[in-house]
Amino acid sequence: MISYITRLGDSFLYIIRDAGRMALFLLAALKGIFLRPFRFREVVRQVRIIGADSFGVIFFTALFTGMVLGLQGYYTLRKFGSEGLLGSAVALSLIRELGPVLTALMVTGRAGSAMCAEIGIMRNSEQLDALECMAVDPFRYLITPKFLAMIIAMPILAQFFNIVGIGGGYVAGVILLGVNPGAFYSGIEQSVVNLDINLGIVKSFVFALLVVWICTGRGYFVHVLRNAGFGAEGVSRATTQAVVYSSIAVLIWDYLITAVML
Amino acid sequence: MSNAIIEFKNVVKSFGTQRVLDGVNITFETGKTTVIAGGSGQGKSVILKLILGLLQPDSGEIVVNGRDITSLKRTELNEVRKNFGVLFQGAALLDSMSVYDNVALPLQERTKYKSQDIDTQVRQMLAQFNLEGHEAKFPAQLSGGMKKRVGLARALMLHPGIMLFDEPTTGLDPHITREIYRLFYKIQKQYGYTAIIVSHDIPKVFNLADRVVLLDKGKVISFAGPEDISLSEDPNIIAFAEETMGHIYLSKEMEQRA
Repeated sequence: MISYITRLGDSFLYIIRDAGRMALFLLAALKGIFLRPFRFREVVRQVRIIGADSFGVIFFTALFTGMVLGLQGYYTLRKFGSEGLLGSAVALSLIRELGPVLTALMVTGRAGSAMCAEIGIMRNSEQLDALECMAVDPFRYLITPKFLAMIIAMPILAQFFNIVGIGGGYVAGVILLGVNPGAFYSGIEQSVVNLDINLGIVKSFVFALLVVWICTGRGYFVHVLRNAGFGAEGVSRATTQAVVYSSIAVLIWDYLITAVML
Repeated sequence: MSNAIIEFKNVVKSFGTQRVLDGVNITFETGKTTVIAGGSGQGKSVILKLILGLLQPDSGEIVVNGRDITSLKRTELNEVRKNFGVLFQGAALLDSMSVYDNVALPLQERTKYKSQDIDTQVRQMLAQFNLEGHEAKFPAQLSGGMKKRVGLARALMLHPGIMLFDEPTTGLDPHITREIYRLFYKIQKQYGYTAIIVSHDIPKVFNLADRVVLLDKGKVISFAGPEDISLSEDPNIIAFAEETMGHIYLSKEMEQRA
């Protein structure tokens, strides 16, 4: 019984410490924006890695998500004789929810996991210590550019997702199932308002921050993660944690932001 | 002591229940080479990490150039670190960057030199360490000895007053080890820095040592030089010497007894 309480207390203290570490990590990363010299080229390089290199995966995810929405929406709406609302259903689902959420999840899997592994390996091979010893702030040098790049790339990717997704919905609904194209477009025009678009953009900013924070943070603290082991195993566990925590955080914040803004 | 550049005063450091340093007092003298020796897991590298401010002691003072670094803020600590050069065990080169970029990094990040000046200095340094023609290679493409030379070139780029070496010859074959030691000797003559070498490559590393610090069960024993170890009458030190250095370092009396 006592050992159970000890373990419970130990876990509680670990969670508190971990939360504190992550909070300070976030502050240091944001402070890095104001430190000089600013690594503009590195930010651009990271935007390419996170953003431009993700276009392919986002394109296919968006296209087939849109097509499935078109297909499902068509058969559901047909029961009520409202196929004309298909455009509105597809566009609203994508712009408000699926665009930002699926983009965040795909970016977590593609770029977030890579970031975590990269920083974790740098930690294990003393590269982060080497930066500190050279009096080079590892946040300004390494972490902050990733934060900025993610915050720039994610909203753009989410909007790209929306456009391709609506295109997918059009292909499935209009081209394959024969919904009237005019009805599809006018449905979008009449139902989508500024609030929907703002909601999507706010979400993708928040998701960007969550994903980059959790993924870089798990990598940075790979040496102090509990039960993570050492070396390659530690990095692999940290990366798994990064992806799982980021995905859960995205879904929780999706609900919170929707509840507050709608 | 007036010529002390780094002083440990009653430093205590524990990890969990293990007390790695138990009230340690060490003085590192300016311009001298101090070798910190001891078995693995005795906390040799911890001493380096404490000097660098990467770890904080549980109690005690670490005075670098007259300032206790345990109470410094991050920005103040960075000022102190500017005088340090470090060669890590695995060289700790940034593996996504080429040899050239690794060596240029301290100048690019810490100075306001124009890129042309940086280029000249980097090429000079690379030439000094026989690394010409390898500028575009990445750390993964280098041999162990070459990685150490690149690490050394990077560490010396800003002419530090204190050089710290963490197990500089671990994983290298005997031939490369000798080459690295010769290089250390040559560059210390040239740059005149204070060197602190953590190593278990005993007795070879003693050829470089002005002073030796032995670390055992959280306590240190300092010696004026490697020869001093052989004169010691302490049974623990005799056992250590016998185990690590062989009979050539035993005292006359011990030899006679043997």
